[in-house]
Amino acid sequence: MAQDGPRRVLAAVDRAAWGLGLRPGMSAAEAQSRVAGLVVVEAAPEDDLAGLARLADWCLAYSPLVALDPPLGLWIESAGAAHLHGGEARLLADLCRRLRAGGLAARAAVADTPGAAWAVARLPRAGRIVAPGRQGAVLAELPLWVLRVEAGTVARLHQLGIERVGQLAAQPRAPFRLRFGEGALRRLDQALGHAPEPLAYRAPPETHAVRLAFPEPIGAPETLARVVARLSEALAQDLERRALGGRRFDLVFVRVDGAPQAVSVGTARPSRDPRHLAGLFAERLSLVDPGHGIDEARLAAVRVEPLDARQIAALADDTDPDGMALLVDRLALRLGPGRLFRAAPVESEWPERAVRRVAPLAPATGASWPAGLPRPGRLIDPPEPVVALAAVPDAPPGAFTWRGARRRVVAADGPERVFGEWWRSDAEASAFRDYYRVEDESGARYWLFRDAPAAEGGRWWLHGLGEA
Amino acid sequence: MRERIGGLAPERGRPVVAFGVDAIDDHLPGGGLRLGALHEVAEAGPAAEHAALAALFVGGLLARLAGPVLWCLPGRDLFAPGLAAVGLHPDRVLYAETRRETEVLPTMEEGLRHGGVAAVIGEVARLGLTPSRRLQLAAEATGSLAVVIRRWRRGSPEPGAALTRWQVVAAPAPPPSAPGLTRARWTVELVRARGAEPRSWLVEAPDAQGRLRLSADLADRPLAAPQRRAAAG
Repeated sequence: MAQDGPRRVLAAVDRAAWGLGLRPGMSAAEAQSRVAGLVVVEAAPEDDLAGLARLADWCLAYSPLVALDPPLGLWIESAGAAHLHGGEARLLADLCRRLRAGGLAARAAVADTPGAAWAVARLPRAGRIVAPGRQGAVLAELPLWVLRVEAGTVARLHQLGIERVGQLAAQPRAPFRLRFGEGALRRLDQALGHAPEPLAYRAPPETHAVRLAFPEPIGAPETLARVVARLSEALAQDLERRALGGRRFDLVFVRVDGAPQAVSVGTARPSRDPRHLAGLFAERLSLVDPGHGIDEARLAAVRVEPLDARQIAALADDTDPDGMALLVDRLALRLGPGRLFRAAPVESEWPERAVRRVAPLAPATGASWPAGLPRPGRLIDPPEPVVALAAVPDAPPGAFTWRGARRRVVAADGPERVFGEWWRSDAEASAFRDYYRVEDESGARYWLFRDAPAAEGGRWWLHGLGEA
Repeated sequence: MRERIGGLAPERGRPVVAFGVDAIDDHLPGGGLRLGALHEVAEAGPAAEHAALAALFVGGLLARLAGPVLWCLPGRDLFAPGLAAVGLHPDRVLYAETRRETEVLPTMEEGLRHGGVAAVIGEVARLGLTPSRRLQLAAEATGSLAVVIRRWRRGSPEPGAALTRWQVVAAPAPPPSAPGLTRARWTVELVRARGAEPRSWLVEAPDAQGRLRLSADLADRPLAAPQRRAAAG
C-alpha cells in the first residue's frame, strides 16, 4: 500500500489477492470493503529495491552483465555467457527453475534487444526466446505499453486508433515526432535494435579482478589477445598470492560507446595457469565486437576455490599426466556443457542402463563390465522391431526381417535371460527379455531379444549390431 | 608420451602400433599402423552405416596402445561395454558427443593438436580432401594416432590424405561343433595404403585383449584368403 497524492492505493497484490479481484492502483478503502480481513502492508520501495539488487547480484552467476530495471525487472546480458549453461533455452529454464525454487514468481525472455526482451517477458504465454532478428515480427502484434511508453502517450495514440506496435512502426516519422515528441519513437527503435539502449550494468563484486584502461581505444584482434594475456598474468599472480584457483572467469571489454562486451569461460578444475586461461579466451575472442574501439578491459575470477602450489603440482604430475584438464576445457568451450564424458559401468542387466556417463575428469575407477558377456559394438536404442520366424517356440528365430530385408539365421546362441528391475515400476517387475546372438548367411551378427515367451505373444526386437 | 606406448615397433624411426598379426604387420611399411598419421576405417555389408565392426576393429587396435583416447561422435549408439569386450577399458576413453556431424572433424583436430591423447577417433559420413589434410597435419605434429570411421550408407570414398584406408566386413564363421556361436570372423581389407599393395585377410574378431588372429584354418596359408565379401549396400 502506498500514498498516491491524497489517496492511499494498493502498490502491489499477491496471487491470492489478484484472484479476489484486487489490482494495483485500487484505493485501499475500496480494497478493504471488497475483501474482509484484508492484510495490508505499507509499501517499502527502498527495501524492494535492495532486494532486487540482491537478486541482481545472485544473477551474476549467469553473466557478468546484469542491470536493474526497477521496480520489478532485471536485465541479464546472455550473449557471452549462455554457452556456459548449454545455450539460451537451458539458461532460461535453469534461471526460472531456481527462482521458483526460491519462492519467486518470475517470467523471463531472451531477445536481441533489452526492449524486446522486456516486452516478451511480460507476455502471458510461453515461447520466450525471440530468434535473432525476429523482434520486429514478434512485437508488431503487441499492445503499445510493451514499449515502456508513458501511459499518457499510449492513451493519446489509442484515440488515433494506434494500438499495436506494428501500427506505430508504420507511422510517417517526421509528423509523428512533431506531435508526440521523441519518446515513443526512441523506445521503438531501441526495441527493434535500430538505436542502442545503454543499460547501467551493476559493477560485479570484484574481489579477484584485474583491469587495464587504454589511452587510445583498441580493437585489433591481435591487440585483444595481448591484452588478455596480460590480464591473465596479472590475475594469476593475484590468485597465487591468495592460494586460489578459478572455476569461472569473466572477461569484460568496455567499448567507447559504453556498450560492454562480455565473454565467460569455465574450467573443469580450479586453475590459475595464465596460458591455460588465455588459451580458453582465445577461442572466444572472435565473438567480441570491438565496435569503434575498446577503452577498458576487466578480467575477474567469479568462482574461486582454494588451490595451493602443492595441489597444482599434484594435478600436473599424478592425476593428469597428459594435461587432459586443458583439453577438456577447450573442448567444453567448443561443444558446450554435458557433451564430454566418460562411460562407467552400472550394475544393471538391462543393456541400455548398463552405461552411466561420468564427468570427463572423474577419477579412474578401474571398473568395467563383467567379462565373458558378449556385447555388441553398437546399441540400437530404442530397439527396433523385427519380424522373426521361429520354427520352435522359445528358440532362436530361423529368419527375421529388419528394415525390409530378410536375413536367414545360420547360427545362434542364447537365450541370455535378463530380468526387469522390479524396483523401478510394477510393469517391469514381471518383465524379462531373452537375448539371442544370431549370425546370418553373410556372417553379420545381430543381437535380438524377445520381450515375452512366444506363447504369450512375445515380440522380437533388434537391440545391437556387431560383435567381436 | 611416446615411451608409454606399448607395442611399438620403431623401425625406420617411425613409431607404429602393430596388429600383432604377422601377416598384416609384415605387409605394412614400418610393421604396423603408423602413429602421428590419419587412417580411415569403413565397413561394408548390410549395416554399414552403423559401422559396428569398424568401431570394434578400431577399439581392438586401441587396446594395443596405452594412454587416453578421445572418441568424437555425433550420435550415441556406440556401446561402451562392446568396446570393453575388445580390450578398450572405459577409464581410457573420453567421449565428445557433438550436436552435428560437422563438429566432429574440428573437435578431432583440437584433440590431435593437444598432443596428450594417444589416439583421436571420429565418426563421420563424409571426409573431404582438405579436412583430411588438416587432420593428417595435426596428427603429424603431435604423434597422436588419428582414425576416421566412415559411416555411409553406400558410396565410394573421396580422395583423402589418409595414410591407409581399411574396410571391415563380416564373414561367415565356421559352423560350431555344438549349439552356439564360434568367434566371429571378419574380412579385413587394406583398400589403399601409401607404400603397400591392397590386400585382404580373413581374421577372427578381436579377443578381450584386442588381438585379431588369422583364422585357425587359414593360418598356414601364405597368402590371404580369397575374398568372400557380401555386396556392399
